Amino acid sequence: MKKTGAQIICESLIAEGVDVMFGFPGGVLLPFYDTLPQYPRIRHILVRHEQAAAHAADGYARATGKVGVCMATSGPGATNLVTGIANAYLDSVPMVAFTGQVVRAQIGKDSFQEIDITGITLPITKHSYVAMDTASLARIIKEAFYIARTGRPGPVLIDIPKDVMQEMAEFSYPDRVSLPGYKIPTSGHPTQLKNAAKLINEAKRPLIIAGRGVIISGASDELKQMAETSQIPVITTLLGIGCFPEHHILSYGMPGMHGMGYANKALDETDLLIAIGMRFDDRVTGKISGFAPRAKIIHIDMDPAEIGKNVSVDVPIVGDVKAVLRALHKLLETNAHVDWIRQLDEWRQQHPLTDVRASSGLLPQYIIRELYEATGGDAVVVTGVGQHQMWTAQHYIFHHPDSFISSGGLGTMGFGLPAAMGAKIGRPEKAVWLVDGDGSFQMNIQELATLVQDNIAVKIAIMNNGYLGMVRQWQDLFYKKNYVATPLSCPDFVKVAEAYCIPGVTVTRREEVQPAIEQAAAHDGPFLINFMVEPEENVFPMVPPGASNIEFIEEPKKEVTSWPRRSTL
Amino acid sequence: MATTKHTLVAIVQDKPGVLNRMVSLFRRRGFNIDSIAVGHSEVAHLSRVTIVVNGTTATVEQVRKQLDKLIDVAKVFDITGEKLIGRELALVKVKAGSATRSEIIEIADIFRANIVDVASDSLTIEITGDEDKIESMLKLLNGFGVKEIARTGRIAMVRGNIGAMPDEKPAKSRAKKPAA
Repeated sequence: MKKTGAQIICESLIAEGVDVMFGFPGGVLLPFYDTLPQYPRIRHILVRHEQAAAHAADGYARATGKVGVCMATSGPGATNLVTGIANAYLDSVPMVAFTGQVVRAQIGKDSFQEIDITGITLPITKHSYVAMDTASLARIIKEAFYIARTGRPGPVLIDIPKDVMQEMAEFSYPDRVSLPGYKIPTSGHPTQLKNAAKLINEAKRPLIIAGRGVIISGASDELKQMAETSQIPVITTLLGIGCFPEHHILSYGMPGMHGMGYANKALDETDLLIAIGMRFDDRVTGKISGFAPRAKIIHIDMDPAEIGKNVSVDVPIVGDVKAVLRALHKLLETNAHVDWIRQLDEWRQQHPLTDVRASSGLLPQYIIRELYEATGGDAVVVTGVGQHQMWTAQHYIFHHPDSFISSGGLGTMGFGLPAAMGAKIGRPEKAVWLVDGDGSFQMNIQELATLVQDNIAVKIAIMNNGYLGMVRQWQDLFYKKNYVATPLSCPDFVKVAEAYCIPGVTVTRREEVQPAIEQAAAHDGPFLINFMVEPEENVFPMVPPGASNIEFIEEPKKEVTSWPRRSTL
Repeated sequence: MATTKHTLVAIVQDKPGVLNRMVSLFRRRGFNIDSIAVGHSEVAHLSRVTIVVNGTTATVEQVRKQLDKLIDVAKVFDITGEKLIGRELALVKVKAGSATRSEIIEIADIFRANIVDVASDSLTIEITGDEDKIESMLKLLNGFGVKEIARTGRIAMVRGNIGAMPDEKPAKSRAKKPAA
C-alpha cells in the first residue's frame, strides 16, 4: 500500500515497538507532526530544548534497555541534539535520532535552517543515514534500530528531507536487514576462554572490574555466579554500578578518581584483573603505568577495538559478556581466596568513606544516605554531573543493574533532569529520583515544564552549594583556592518550581532531610527539594589528575567518625 | 616503539560518504595516513581501498579495528607482512630543451616509463612501480627541472593464489563463478 514518507516513519516506529518519542517540531518536520495524530500508539513528549530530547531518549533507553527515540528539526534543532547524541555514543546507549532536513533541491545551498547534521555527527554516531528517497525509508529505519541496539549499542542518526516525508511510496516493513559489513561477536574464542580459566583458577589475588557492558548484556546473574564460584572480589566502574549488588559480601565499590580507597588498593595489589564490559577510561585507570601494576589482565568485551586500546591485555576475549561468562563458568574451579578477601576487608576498615562529622552542617553524603534508607535502594537514581554525582555513586547503595543512570563518558552537565524524565516514562512503576547539582540542574531547568505538561513524577533533590562544586574542588586542591567563575548565584529553586506548578521545599537542617524526602515520595507528581548543603564540602577519596590510583587523597579533616560502606539490609 | 609503514586493504560498500567516514575516523583518532587509493573491486557494489599508514604495530592494529567497526566497511586486512605487489603511478612533467631531451628519454627507457606528452620545452613521463622506483627516477629527473608531479597512492595485492581476504575462498575459485 502506498503511504507518505511521514506515514512510513510512523508505521516503522510502531513496527519497532516504539511507544514514546521525545521531540521538538519545526518547519521541515511539519509533514511528520501533521501525520502523528493518526498513530495514537506513539506518545510524543514535547521537550523544551532539543538537547533534552536526546538526553530523555538516553535515560529512557538506559532504564528500559529499549532503543530511545528523539527527533529535532533541521538546522538549530539538529545541532541542539549533538551533545545528547555524543553522550549516548560515549556511554554505548541505543538511540535513534531523527532530524528533519530541508527539501532535497535546497540541500547544499546554505538554505534557511539547513545544516549538514550527518557531517557534524559523523564522529559521534555508530552509523548515520540521509534518507534521499521515500522508498528507502522503511529499510533505513529497520537498519537503524537494528544497528542501534545490537552489538555494542550506540546512537544512529537518520536525516530526512521534508519532501521525502511528503512523497508517496509503497510501504512494507522489511523482516530482516542485510548489512554484510556489520559483525556482531557472540561467544568468545574457545582457546582464549581456556587461557582465561587457567589464569583465574591459578590466581592468588584475582579481582573483577565490571562495567556497563555487564548491564547491557544482562549478565548480572552470570557475573554473580562467577564471583561466587571462584570467590573473586568485584569492583565496578561508574557506569557498571548496580551490575553487581553492592550489599554482596564480595562487592568492593568503585575504583578510580573518586573511587573507594580499598578498591584502588585492591587494583594495586591484584595479580589477575578480570575486566568485563568496561573500556579502561582514564577516570578509572589513573596513570596507565600505575594501573594494576602487578596484574595479568583478562579483558572481555563486545567491541574488538576496545581490546588493547588503552591498556595492554594478556587474554582478550571478544564476545557478548553473558555468553562469555556462561562459557567461562563451566571451566572455573571453586576457590576460596580467604587471605585476599580478608586483606580487602582490612583495607575497607582502614579506608572508610567519610561521612557524619561532629559539625552539624548539612552534608550531601548524609542526604544521599538518607535517600537510600527512604527508598530501600529500590528507586531509579539519576544524576547530573559533578560532586553530587560522585557522592551518589559513593553513598547510595545500588542493588539492581538498572537503578543508577548517569553520564559517564561525556560527563554532561544538564543530563540529569531530562534523563530522569525519560527514565520515569520508561519505568512508571518505579520511584525515579534525580540527584542534581545547582549548576548541572540549571543547564536544563526548562524541562520542569515538560514534567508538568506530561505529569512525569520525577522527584528532584538538588545539592545546592552555590558553586560549580567539582570545578571549585579542583581550584581548592590544585589552584590555591582561586575560585574564579565557580561561585554560582542560584534562583530560589522552590519558587522556580512553584512557577511551573511543582511543589517543593528548601531544607537547611539535618532533621528536615527525612521528612522532606517522605513528603516528596508521598506527593503524586513531580516534587523538588532544595538542599542547602555545606558549600565547600569536597569529594573524597580523590586521585589527583595524572596520578596513579594508589596515590588517592583521603578526607584531610580531623573529626571523622569512620563509616565503612555497608548496607544496613 | 618504532613506527613503520603498514599497508591496509579495506573492502567497503560502494556508497556515497563511505570514504568520508573512513578519513574522518583517521582525523578524529589522530592516525596519520601516508596515502589512500580507492577503486572498484572484482565484486559489484564493493570498492577496494588501499591505505598506507605510518605507525607502531599497536596503533595500526587499532586503526584496523576502528575501520572494521564502520558499518560500510566489509573487511579490513593488514597485508604488511605478506609478499606484496605494490604499485603506484606518477605523471612527471619535466623541463626538456633540445639539449636534454634525448637524455631524459633514455632515463625514462631505463625505468620502463612512457613518454605520454611532448611539448616544445617539456616532456611528460608516466611511470608505474613501487615507491622506490618512482623516487629513484624522480631523483634523476630533478636535475633537469621538474615542473609538475601527480602521484596516486599505493595500491597493493598479495602474491600468489591467496587473495586479500585469506579467510575466504582463494581468488581462483571466485573467478570460476559464472558471470552474471
